Amino acid sequence: MDAILFLIFAAIAVVCGINMVVQKHPISSALSLVGVMAALAALYLLLGGEFIAAAQLVVYSGAIMVLFIFVIMLLNAGAEPKSVLKPMGKYLGAPLLVVFFGIMSFVVQNMTPSSDNVVFGSFKGAGPREIGTSLFTVYLLPFEVTSVLILIAILGAIVLARKEID
Amino acid sequence: MLANFIPSAAEYARFMPELILIVVGTLIMFLEAFLEGERKPILSILAGLGLVAGIFAALTAPQGMAFQGMLAVDGFATFFRVLVMAAGLLVLLSSSEYLQREGHDTGEFYALVLFSIVGQCIMASANELIMIFIGLEISSIASYILAGYLRDDARNNESALKYFLLGSFATAFLLYGVAWIYGATGSTNLATIHNALLSGANSSTPLISVAAGLIFVGLAFKISAAPFQGWAPDVYQGAPAPVSGFLTVGPKAAAFAVLIRIFVDAFSSISDRWLPVVWGCALATMLVGNLAALLQSNIKRMLAYSSIAHAGYVLVAVCANSGTGSAAAMFYLAGYAFTNIGAFAVVSHFARKGEKYVAIEDFAGLSQRQPGMAAMLTIFLLSLIGVPLTAGFFGKFYIFKAALDSHLVWLTVLGLLNSAIAAYYYLRILVVMYMKEPGESTETLTAPGPMLTLAIYGSAVMTLVLGILPGWVLDYAVKAAQ
Repeated sequence: MDAILFLIFAAIAVVCGINMVVQKHPISSALSLVGVMAALAALYLLLGGEFIAAAQLVVYSGAIMVLFIFVIMLLNAGAEPKSVLKPMGKYLGAPLLVVFFGIMSFVVQNMTPSSDNVVFGSFKGAGPREIGTSLFTVYLLPFEVTSVLILIAILGAIVLARKEID
Repeated sequence: MLANFIPSAAEYARFMPELILIVVGTLIMFLEAFLEGERKPILSILAGLGLVAGIFAALTAPQGMAFQGMLAVDGFATFFRVLVMAAGLLVLLSSSEYLQREGHDTGEFYALVLFSIVGQCIMASANELIMIFIGLEISSIASYILAGYLRDDARNNESALKYFLLGSFATAFLLYGVAWIYGATGSTNLATIHNALLSGANSSTPLISVAAGLIFVGLAFKISAAPFQGWAPDVYQGAPAPVSGFLTVGPKAAAFAVLIRIFVDAFSSISDRWLPVVWGCALATMLVGNLAALLQSNIKRMLAYSSIAHAGYVLVAVCANSGTGSAAAMFYLAGYAFTNIGAFAVVSHFARKGEKYVAIEDFAGLSQRQPGMAAMLTIFLLSLIGVPLTAGFFGKFYIFKAALDSHLVWLTVLGLLNSAIAAYYYLRILVVMYMKEPGESTETLTAPGPMLTLAIYGSAVMTLVLGILPGWVLDYAVKAAQ
């Protein structure tokens, strides 16, 4: 059952991912990305990561995608003009990508017989309770310092986007 | 049980430099909104005081771990924290005149510089991949904005956009590598990863190699090592000159600190796998940087390629994979920081409003117009060549000595040949500056302001001090690298 569900959602994710790159219109690409994110959320749920599945849906499919679509509509972006690839990108791009994914899947494939090799340390369970506890104890500093990161992002948006007052 | 997680006073003291900089940065953002135009210089002074307080806090911080092993405040961290804060101080001094000239003297600039330094300090002291990632992002995002700070300038926009797109792409590689490492060793803590690899449970699998490779790609991007150097010339040429000086020093030094901590330290037991890669990368970086710099006619672009080449020399030290190698890298980065910030400060002064005069030919006869500034630029260029009595000489000397100690004979020979090539393009500027008659454009050259003068002379003094009395910095670096 798990395997069948996994295959279904993995297939949806891969197809949507390819569709996102191939589509010419930005809205179609954005909607394909929603499909990728939703399928990934289902995969996380299959692995028992309820919190990360919910976060994936709320943050990516919800907030970030809405933002994407707002920007696309504000800029009134139409179909993408045909981009001219340099010879290197045209002839080497796809083969190199295939080699990269080939190596990755080879490595993962090699690991699968001994799936106990993949450990998740002392971290057991991925419910909101466990995540909340470790976030506010062991990972307190990264959690707090992330606020500086967000502060800079806001500051940068203001610096680069404001009108000159004088 | 939760009481175990409440940080002690000593832990706060270890994080004090970052805390000070965050508070001062936020304060500057507040004051910026309330201060009238003519009182804005207070903000740059405030930022400078914050950095001085930060350096003091870093020097007095007690050594040890902090926040559940997130930070490791040791001699190595202190060295890099003080280095990036001192570099930031010189950048502040050299940029306020530039910003006034370009009509962009706003407080956000100083806040961004401070926040960027916060990120670099966190990178220098982080002992945890998550912390490294957040520090890297703080430093990078602030750098992207600084590169495009004069937002009405097309070159600034190009620089910021290229830096942002390629930098985010590189960070994604780093993050992917972190995820693989977590899958293989079950931890993101560098000490735990080190032990897990030593015990050999998983270290023979290709999983670790892929993870190390992905992390190396991400970091090689940040230090502009070949073949990931493509962004550097465009970004450093397009960004405001004082910012370019900062970008070639601060983020790079912090990224090298992370590289040394992860590869030389945590990945020491798999060094036979990453050493050949770093070897090739070091050689390619030196060659690409030096050969491309030969062809440049724009001085900022030339300094950008030279900064790629210098990253190659530091990679030679990383390749030595020893305590002396790390110490040599630390010393070299310190010397390079003062030299390069000084060089970019002089360039920003000679470039004048709108950075009109940045072609090498525009430097003709400047020795007759402003002999003092020309002499300072001479010191910086000689240090970049690696002439004795400057910081660059001892930096290269220690790096190649460490490489020889680790039996990297070929890399040393090729590195020395590279520094010989490099001498040509640096000397060319000196020839133009001293032996050609000044053009008409030099009439508009004004005297540098007091803060800029202080920054340039300060950098020159540090370059010479490190070149004449290298012992005190080197001793500290050797002790810290153990």
